[in-house]
Amino acid sequence: MLLQMESITKSYGSVIANNQVHFSLKRGEIHALVGENGAGKTTLMRILYGMESPTSGEILLNGKPVSFASPADAIKHKIGMVHQHFMLFPTFTIAENIVIGREPSKGVGFDRKAAAAETERLGKLYGMPIDPWKKVADCSMGMQQRVEILKVLYQGAEVIILDEPTGVLTPLEVKELLVAIKGLAAQGKSFILISHKLQEIMEVADRVTVLRDGKLTGTVEAKDTNAEHLSRLMVGRDLVHISRYQISRGKPVLEVSNVTIRGVKTKPLLSDVSLHVNEGEIVGIAGISGNGQSELIQAISGLMKPEAGTVKLLGENMTGASVGAIRSRGLAHIPEDRYQWGVAKDATVTENGLMGHAIKHQKYGVLNGKGIRQMVGEWVTRFGIKTGSLSTRAQYLSGGNLQKLIVARELAQKTPFIIAAEPTRGVDVGAMEIIHGELLKKREERGAILLVSSELTEILKLSDRILVMYEGKIVGELEAESATEEQISLLMAGGKAVG
Amino acid sequence: MDIFLDASLFATTLRMVTPILLAALGGAICARVGLFNVGLEGLVLIGAFSAIVGNHFTGNVFAAVMFAIVCSLVFSILFGFMSIQLKANVIVVGIALNFLALGLTTFSLRAIFDVKGAYYNKDMVGLPKWDIPVIKDIPWVGDVLSGHSPLVYLSIVLVIVLQLFLFKTVTGFRLLASGENPTAAKSLGIKVSRIQYGAVLMCGVLCGLAGAQLSLGNVTMFTEGMTSGRGFIALVATMLGQSNPLGVAASSLLFGFMDALSIRLQGFALPTHFTMMLPYIVTIAAMLFFKDKGYMQEARKSNESSR
Repeated sequence: MLLQMESITKSYGSVIANNQVHFSLKRGEIHALVGENGAGKTTLMRILYGMESPTSGEILLNGKPVSFASPADAIKHKIGMVHQHFMLFPTFTIAENIVIGREPSKGVGFDRKAAAAETERLGKLYGMPIDPWKKVADCSMGMQQRVEILKVLYQGAEVIILDEPTGVLTPLEVKELLVAIKGLAAQGKSFILISHKLQEIMEVADRVTVLRDGKLTGTVEAKDTNAEHLSRLMVGRDLVHISRYQISRGKPVLEVSNVTIRGVKTKPLLSDVSLHVNEGEIVGIAGISGNGQSELIQAISGLMKPEAGTVKLLGENMTGASVGAIRSRGLAHIPEDRYQWGVAKDATVTENGLMGHAIKHQKYGVLNGKGIRQMVGEWVTRFGIKTGSLSTRAQYLSGGNLQKLIVARELAQKTPFIIAAEPTRGVDVGAMEIIHGELLKKREERGAILLVSSELTEILKLSDRILVMYEGKIVGELEAESATEEQISLLMAGGKAVG
Repeated sequence: MDIFLDASLFATTLRMVTPILLAALGGAICARVGLFNVGLEGLVLIGAFSAIVGNHFTGNVFAAVMFAIVCSLVFSILFGFMSIQLKANVIVVGIALNFLALGLTTFSLRAIFDVKGAYYNKDMVGLPKWDIPVIKDIPWVGDVLSGHSPLVYLSIVLVIVLQLFLFKTVTGFRLLASGENPTAAKSLGIKVSRIQYGAVLMCGVLCGLAGAQLSLGNVTMFTEGMTSGRGFIALVATMLGQSNPLGVAASSLLFGFMDALSIRLQGFALPTHFTMMLPYIVTIAAMLFFKDKGYMQEARKSNESSR
């Protein structure tokens, strides 16, 4: 065994994040670590990477006990980690980002040319070509991911921890990444892969370890298991298959016609986009992220003013109206980037839940604290949001739990129309099930839902109609019943619709 | 116009610019490690006062400058301790330091020299004036560039040294990294707080020099609150110069020139208070032009979307 973690326990006060967890890794192995949000995967890896010290337990590297006081220690022992939220310096070049901490130097000077040459060589060696002089801020997420992996390799890592590596990547980038990981494993590097995406795990992993509520539920060979078995181990019960009932579509709630946003680039961000969403209907917008979906959402919700075209909500022209006016007319919005648009990290769970609801919970401008806590408390129970208390700061919640809070808050607005943008990004299967169930319930209550997602499975599972966006245009409209994944993928990549 | 834009105007510019430039360089280094140092004004004031104190007690100009550096250094350690160690809000700490410096120097002025408002002693020697060989004989250029205090020349050298330090050395690179994404830098084993302390201390040294130039170079006296907003102008020069030493030098020169110009205009029967507004009007205009450019913005944007 290259690496063994024996009986690792980590407790924060009364909360036990890891309870007697065992984990092992062989050379050249891809070992997936799965579990729901807050199951303790990240804590376990932070312990391995020296960011936390275990309350009890032991780490053995090549059979010898080791302890890491800091990430620098872990790096010295050839353990590297690629974080879920990239740890990059956007204004620096790719080469600078890779060599930082171990810069090639001439005297006191930083030899940038040597750095560029070395990183370019490294990229070629591991089958991940890069342009060393390019600024990271100008790189796609897939390229940034590549920089992160090369950085870890440059540091000489033999064990590489990947925390949710595919969350922000496009389907094509995911494929490339998985190929790269397999290639590196064949060269003798070992990977620990934290992921929610069971299909990807089944594709690359050799073994899978499942955690639930901080405890180990089992380590299985990937070839002896399947996605369903894994999700049962993760959630601790069988997942309910959500069924969609046929309901008749009503009158249009949202009507977008000929909306154009040019932006500063030469290519328009949105060009002549028209769509409508009816009562009791989920319209899915598929597309690789960055093809105008964000701008469309912002144009509808009033965050961005369209240069041409109109947006009508419940028959009233809301083009260019303020966000407040549009919201009070009947829009709720689950935003795509929860940290940028969804929550205030330093505010408590209650305060975040109150956002947009404050007007209902006040009298003469004084807030009714008890009523608010009751409202947010109900959401916490119903959505199974794992939080220390209602006054825990939002930044201490895991991404999935935060997402559940946002979804609960926006659904509680009980508006006729809701935008759900990437509603389950980075969320575990259990939470995904809850969120999907709630969206479908909303649909049965004759709500109109605009679902924007880069996950095709999600689009196909929930939508009644599917629109595909490519380079700021809607390039295809399909009825969900007859649509296939291949058809949509082709349209997403800019190909013409077949048939 | 010839009388108006003569060599002495530019020579004055150089003299006036030095305290601003030195402080702005200090501010730039702090900004580069993510600490926006509003306390420049206070640090410079401490430097100016302690230079006079050092001069009074030792009678040696070099010792006086060293004393100014040490005092500003102590003050900047206070800033570092509060904002790095105790993680207090840097703006609040900076403002507190400014008022502390103002009160402390005024009080000490009475306690040590037993005077109110200003201290002047004709026996006190100011910074020497250096004549640069060769250059001093070139007409016009010699008048502008030659005959300044050593600190004026030092500040020019420091601009180049800092520019090379930040963008060409490994340590400078890590300093930039610590400011741009401290979490990432820490995860790579870079000792971010040590680098931040280093930057704050460098800022202290630079502000000490700025103060010394103010009280021993331009004049040889100390008056209460004699920085009169120069620390804040330096702060603006820092921002305007995007915390690049060369950029900071350029923007400081602009402000120094305005300062010199306002003195010159007083000779043209314009009301003093009107001409004194000039540097500040330029400051506001400059802020309007540069309001949403710069690497700070870019860095902030990238920090928002990640945790």
